[in-house]
Amino acid sequence: MSRTTTRPAPDTLHPARAAVRAHAAIATTLDGGATRLTTLRSDPPLTLRQTGPTTVHLVATAAGPLGGDHLELDLDVAAGTTLTVCSVAGTLVLPGPGTSVLTVRARVDEGASLRFAPEPTVLAAGCAHRSRVRLSLAEDATVLWREEIVFGRYGERPGRCHSRFDATVAGTPLLRQEFTVGDPATDDSPAVYGEARCVGSTLLTRARPESSHLAEGCAVLPLAGPGTLVSALAPDAVRLRERLEWGEQVALQSRFGGSSLP
Amino acid sequence: MHGPSQGDMAMLLLADSRLPAGGHAHSGGAEEAVRVGAITGPEDLARFLRGRLATAGLVSAALAAAACEIGSSVEEGSREVARWTRLDAEADARTSSPAQREASRTQGRLLVRTTRRIWPSPALDSLAAAVPDGAHHPVALGAAAAAAGCAPHQAALAAAYTSVTAPATAAVRLLGLDPVTVHRLLADLAPALNDAAHAACASLIDSVVGQENHHDWSALPAHAAPALDLLAEQHLRTEVRLFVS
Repeated sequence: MSRTTTRPAPDTLHPARAAVRAHAAIATTLDGGATRLTTLRSDPPLTLRQTGPTTVHLVATAAGPLGGDHLELDLDVAAGTTLTVCSVAGTLVLPGPGTSVLTVRARVDEGASLRFAPEPTVLAAGCAHRSRVRLSLAEDATVLWREEIVFGRYGERPGRCHSRFDATVAGTPLLRQEFTVGDPATDDSPAVYGEARCVGSTLLTRARPESSHLAEGCAVLPLAGPGTLVSALAPDAVRLRERLEWGEQVALQSRFGGSSLP
Repeated sequence: MHGPSQGDMAMLLLADSRLPAGGHAHSGGAEEAVRVGAITGPEDLARFLRGRLATAGLVSAALAAAACEIGSSVEEGSREVARWTRLDAEADARTSSPAQREASRTQGRLLVRTTRRIWPSPALDSLAAAVPDGAHHPVALGAAAAAAGCAPHQAALAAAYTSVTAPATAAVRLLGLDPVTVHRLLADLAPALNDAAHAACASLIDSVVGQENHHDWSALPAHAAPALDLLAEQHLRTEVRLFVS
């Protein structure tokens, strides 16, 4: 690792610190027909704040993740309950002595509803990051799961990132996808990201249009299984969000039953 | 039993674009990339091919190797419905674009139809019965490779190879590129192609759970190529097309 060439200038907002291991968790239960957050376990730097009856914000209470950090988040959405997870700010992935690893496991039971839409992950120069999401859904779980990756801060080449996303419905695979950033084989390829600086996708279940829809840099893709993937590429984070939100609206128009959440 | 040399010969036949299984009708996204100006010459094409190999090519190689592994263990008269449909579902979960799923199944159906006549075998019969509407192309390719006496590594090589040769030859036709220059690009990809086949086989070894022949295919590579998905969907909306996909 050539730290001198890849490490960005010292960041006053994110002073250096030692690598951490953290394991945070959120769980809901159905209590008299209403959702109750029975577990809300923060573990800095993964700090959780309840901001509404069924809404939790992730609040970063330290820099990072930094290389070497191992962060885990477990979400358990019980049958018939509702949970929304957002974040206050984007995640800036910074370099450090090793690879940073973020693992998110989510279980969404029968009739439950989860909206997971944090702010984007920005890959700073020199970072080495792995993210792993495992989403286990019951057949009639309602989910909106959005992920956005930004290739470096303004004018910066990104470090390396490997993300893997696996969603299953009642044990059957719905969507499996990996993204690699910072690999010369894929970074500037017209087959993978083209000239985009950001990649994002939203998985929605219980929403599946008859056919695909297309706009500039965005496709609404009905999956083989019971769900839709909105897939977008964009030159910046603002346009990425606009494209994903357009696609989410298109997908949600196909969702019958009038559910307003997520 | 088939010897290793028979596997080599079969791999060449399966990877050959002259195999009468309709592969020539598909450009792997290259036609649309040319139309929108994302591929204009050999340099863009080289980057397109490298990215395609590292994503769709690697995933196809792994699925083909897995299918070859299944196909090699199918007994005469056995049905194997569950194993084939599970692997085919893994291919579905890795293909989010409906246009690409359709193109993949069309090619898979034609490949099974052709190769059943060339290499009649329980592997291809059971796949055709388990996925009657047409298995995904890499699954069909792996089953055909098993029927022809290939090992999983050879199936992976054939899948990785066809994932770049189809768009390369399409680009020659569409842009009037010098075919020798484009074959040079393909030759330059040889190390990456070998790496993809090795990675595919390594993922196969990792997928073994418990006793031999018990596999959990969920961890096979799943590298996405969002630009290919967009190109595939746009291509369907383009009126004048030389290639199906």
